[in-house]
Amino acid sequence: MRQIKPIIKRELHSYFATPIAYVFIVIFLIMSGVFAFYFGGLYERGQADLIPFFNFHPWLYLFLVPAVAMRLWSEERNSGNIELLMTLPVHKMDWVLGKFFAAWLFIGLALLLTFPIWISINYLGDPDNGLIIASYFGSFLLAGGFLAIGSCVSAATKNQVIAFILSVVVCFLFLLAGFPMVLNFFKVFLPQIMVDAVASTSFLTHYDSITKGVLDLGDLSYFAITIAVWLYATSLIIDMKKAD
Amino acid sequence: MLLLLQHMSILRGVITIMIECLNLSKKFGQFTAVDDLSFTANKGQVLGFLGPNGAGKSTTMKMITGFLEPTSGKVKVCGLDIADDPIAVKSKIGYLPEGAPSYGEMEVGQFLHFVAPLRGIKPNLVKSAVESVISRVNLENVYFQKIETLSKGFKRRVGLAQAIIHDPEVLIMDEPTDGLDPNQKHQVRELITDMSKDKTIILSTHILEEVHAVCDRAIIIAGGKIVADNTPSEMEGMSRYHHAVSFVSDLDTELLNKIKQMNCVRDVAYDARLKETTVFPTQGLFIFDEISEFLRKQSIQVKSLKMEAGRLDEVFRNITQSMGEREVVK
Repeated sequence: MRQIKPIIKRELHSYFATPIAYVFIVIFLIMSGVFAFYFGGLYERGQADLIPFFNFHPWLYLFLVPAVAMRLWSEERNSGNIELLMTLPVHKMDWVLGKFFAAWLFIGLALLLTFPIWISINYLGDPDNGLIIASYFGSFLLAGGFLAIGSCVSAATKNQVIAFILSVVVCFLFLLAGFPMVLNFFKVFLPQIMVDAVASTSFLTHYDSITKGVLDLGDLSYFAITIAVWLYATSLIIDMKKAD
Repeated sequence: MLLLLQHMSILRGVITIMIECLNLSKKFGQFTAVDDLSFTANKGQVLGFLGPNGAGKSTTMKMITGFLEPTSGKVKVCGLDIADDPIAVKSKIGYLPEGAPSYGEMEVGQFLHFVAPLRGIKPNLVKSAVESVISRVNLENVYFQKIETLSKGFKRRVGLAQAIIHDPEVLIMDEPTDGLDPNQKHQVRELITDMSKDKTIILSTHILEEVHAVCDRAIIIAGGKIVADNTPSEMEGMSRYHHAVSFVSDLDTELLNKIKQMNCVRDVAYDARLKETTVFPTQGLFIFDEISEFLRKQSIQVKSLKMEAGRLDEVFRNITQSMGEREVVK
């Protein structure tokens, strides 16, 4: 496990050695601002909270997180680098975790850089800062969930474009699992317990409850388990596909 | 006698088996890439893998380095089974994959500083390890350059540097000189020869002269099987050209026939374009003196007269093509 640190360091460094980091951060900041102010009416609502800001995060992540995740493994496979990585005396899980945490930290950094909006709202009124911190935390967890999915999809293909599109689709399904349009479909042929089970896999349901300020152990462990399962799947897929 | 000598040296600990492949097979679906392959390599040996494209050279190397798991069979490196302890085995190996992949956006120095701890070098020794490997493969001038901006030769040397940074006991290189210019090839070969004393080296190549230049044992692989395992000079001995005498001169058919009728001569070949005559001796004979004597007596103007050691490419073709035909017959 001591090998994770140099991997995280290298990955983070590579984000900033290429324009990826700057493009991502700038787009993320602009988009989150646009969504919050224009579509969410953050200012016009006349309420001192960041609910419109956080409400749009799932939709923002839906496209931006797969864009970060798509290169995690497919680029390594495409360049043949995977052969070097997998023959170094390093556990495979160290690579999976190192790459994942580096990307997660990177998205976390972008999220932290939205702090001006938090300062503004504190200047304008008297918001519930505990709720805002919980929401930031929930947003970070949501990004981690999307990222773990993206990591797994990226391991399955050499093509980054395919990795991106598939990740968006899979993330979209997980996001919407709690919505009536999905649940109504399942209600037709599944018993209520199963429908509830499908609904409980929804990212949105768990995210919403965290951003409402309810830090429930269930929601936290939901994200933790989701991330763990997708990362484990990543390591299995690397083994299956590395020779192609 | 030879066996006895080998036995004695094993007892004295001179010969240490470093790499052991036992009945190694690898199947990709229906396709058998490596088929029941067994060999051992000892300390200090430089072993060359030869074979046509798709013969299974790279696949074998990928199994030895732990990138691929064999479908059946065993790989032991330094006495350790790779299936039991892959991390321990990988830490004893330096591997240069085909095409020397690396991170293009990193500088040479950064890349080596990244690989060093992953290769198991302790944090306080990383700096000196990087410095020493940089000077060994002459990368001082490109230390701060991004790898993607380097020429092919330099990229290959960066790949070599990451493979030998931890001074591994076993070094495995997939086509280390492929695509390099003659000067770069020479440099890489010198490096390999330098390192060969205390390491076991396996390299694959298409270039037959390379086998002669650096290897002391050549294994020819075709169709996933070992079809020959000799020293390069033994392999040359298998050639039709072994001890043949060739010279450049204008000859008429009459003279050619005269040479052909000599007792010690098995056959004569004449290349009209190069005006080169090659005289093949009867099995095991040295005919250089006879031929030069004959040419002098006939007062024929000869441009170059030489005795051939044997042509590896011809041996290679004979062995691997007959292999291919056998498969067609099946």
